[in-house]
Amino acid sequence: MRNTYIPYPVRIKETQVETEDKMLKSFWLEFLNADDAKAFDYTPGQFAELSVSGYGEIPIGIASSPTEGEDLLFTVNKVGHVTNRLHNMRAGDVMGVRGPLGNSYPLEEMKGKNIVIVAGGFAVTTLRSTMNWLLHPDHRGDYGDIDFVYGARTPGMLLYTDEWSQWQKRDDVKVHITVDQEFPGWDGLVGFGVDIVKQIKPQPDNAVALICGPPIMIRFTWPVFEELGWTTEQVILSLENRMKCGIGICGRCNVGGEYVCKDGPVFTKAELDKLPAEY
Amino acid sequence: MAEKILAKDQLDQFLGKLAEGREVFAPQDVEGKVAWAPLEAAADLLWDFSNSDMSPKDYFFPQTECMMRFVNKADDEMGMIMQAEPELNTPRALINMRPCDAKAFQVLDLIFMQDEMTDDFYWRDKREKSLLVGLACNDPCPTCFCTSVGCGPHHETGLDVLLVDLGDKLLVKAVSDKAAELLAELPEAEQADLDQAAELKKAAEDMVEANVGVATDQLEGREVMELYEAALWPRVAESCLNCGTCTYCCPTCHCFDIQDEVQGDEGRRVRNWDNCMSWLFTVHGTGHNPRGSKTHRVRQRFMHKFKYIPDKRGGEIGCVGCGRCVQLCPVNIDVRSVVNDMNA
Repeated sequence: MRNTYIPYPVRIKETQVETEDKMLKSFWLEFLNADDAKAFDYTPGQFAELSVSGYGEIPIGIASSPTEGEDLLFTVNKVGHVTNRLHNMRAGDVMGVRGPLGNSYPLEEMKGKNIVIVAGGFAVTTLRSTMNWLLHPDHRGDYGDIDFVYGARTPGMLLYTDEWSQWQKRDDVKVHITVDQEFPGWDGLVGFGVDIVKQIKPQPDNAVALICGPPIMIRFTWPVFEELGWTTEQVILSLENRMKCGIGICGRCNVGGEYVCKDGPVFTKAELDKLPAEY
Repeated sequence: MAEKILAKDQLDQFLGKLAEGREVFAPQDVEGKVAWAPLEAAADLLWDFSNSDMSPKDYFFPQTECMMRFVNKADDEMGMIMQAEPELNTPRALINMRPCDAKAFQVLDLIFMQDEMTDDFYWRDKREKSLLVGLACNDPCPTCFCTSVGCGPHHETGLDVLLVDLGDKLLVKAVSDKAAELLAELPEAEQADLDQAAELKKAAEDMVEANVGVATDQLEGREVMELYEAALWPRVAESCLNCGTCTYCCPTCHCFDIQDEVQGDEGRRVRNWDNCMSWLFTVHGTGHNPRGSKTHRVRQRFMHKFKYIPDKRGGEIGCVGCGRCVQLCPVNIDVRSVVNDMNA
């Protein structure tokens, strides 16, 4: 049997500071062993435990898409013991990845439907993965209209600028990038993500919404969808909680009987409405 | 296989065979406490104890367990790469385990070994290499409530062999075929022995049933939120100290933390028992804590055992009625009254 606690060894291939506050840094990781890369068979929405020997592990959403090749992308907020160490690591350093963990966005059930994605702040990571998956030539035809709404506090806090700039040039996806207020040199949208949703008025017929962001954003965004006639089954959210094992045993990330690490992190709003808000 | 008889004065011989290729452990008198320890001789076995103060979960899920090691040198070829700890070398026999503890490990099997990804290497290794010889309870405590949670004083679930103390001899019942060879040469039990064992079982069950038990029949049909928002939780939380004693002595509590430790060029990743009573258990890196109040944490423990686990694991209750938490809680919180309030 495989010991699922042992991380696959990986090497940091490339790093990039993503935001003006320098708190978010991206890491491209390559597997040291080809077999491990094959075994790490993931779907957008899943996460992995990043392992820094001597410091510990942290659960981070996978920002790359399997359609991009075998290397993995993670964007990490510098907030604690492990992430501080990770931010000081460089290309060439060896670390570990354990996963893929958790469920994923329901990409199969989403086929044939219109998709609205609302991302706030650095919660955009697994939605970057999803967008790359959806826009891939092998998959784009499986889905209907796509709206991508992404908001950050300032232009300098937006992640993956190179990528969404490319998406903006496509005619098969509507990309709405917004910042909280006017900034010199910013000629994009201004306002919260929820304001943009109000403007574009996504229609609930044959549609699904993926909403990922800080709890406050979700609290204000859902009523807008509700007013437009969306049901809680159509709204898909991704949770995060403190985790250790990542495989549904160690007991801390549960919301009611559901383990965010194993039964989640992706839940419909309908599912979450039946559970305590312990997240 | 028919029940066998093992005379207590033949125990050393039996233990000798049990110890062939195995380490043998049993509850013993350790400085005035009943504790699990390596067994040297049959004379050290206890026959009149109620149960060990701590459950034997330590043999499958140690309080601290090294999971993996690494060379803490970036320039070493294998540096910083985690290597799994080796498997258990010597199989084990745990003798005189109470039926409630054995049942607890069967419940934990459902959690530690769910599917390909959730298949706890360390738990499985020790479970597969252990032989469990149980000792039926003939004299349960007033805090025992096993019969109200699907277990019982002579329960066999999770055991390989069940012993029933008949005075100067033991009735030996093979539950699995794991110990068939060990028992092959023992004489068969007489009808009188079987009758005596049946009487002891009935008497023990009656004793447990005369105790306060828990009623859980309403819990399955109730919504999570109804139980979660019940009025009892602030009252239970008011006296709770969040000390975690109940979680450490509990045979089914299995929450753990994982930490890295480094000393010079050597590093290791260990897991330690953790508990849901701790504020640190759930706090996010941002400082946000989804179970930030004592009420949240107390509620979590009872909801986990009596609602979340049964809902997820085919009705199996996450409590075996051993009563340790009732005995050891410093502020006398009694799981039975809490659950009966939930069920009311």
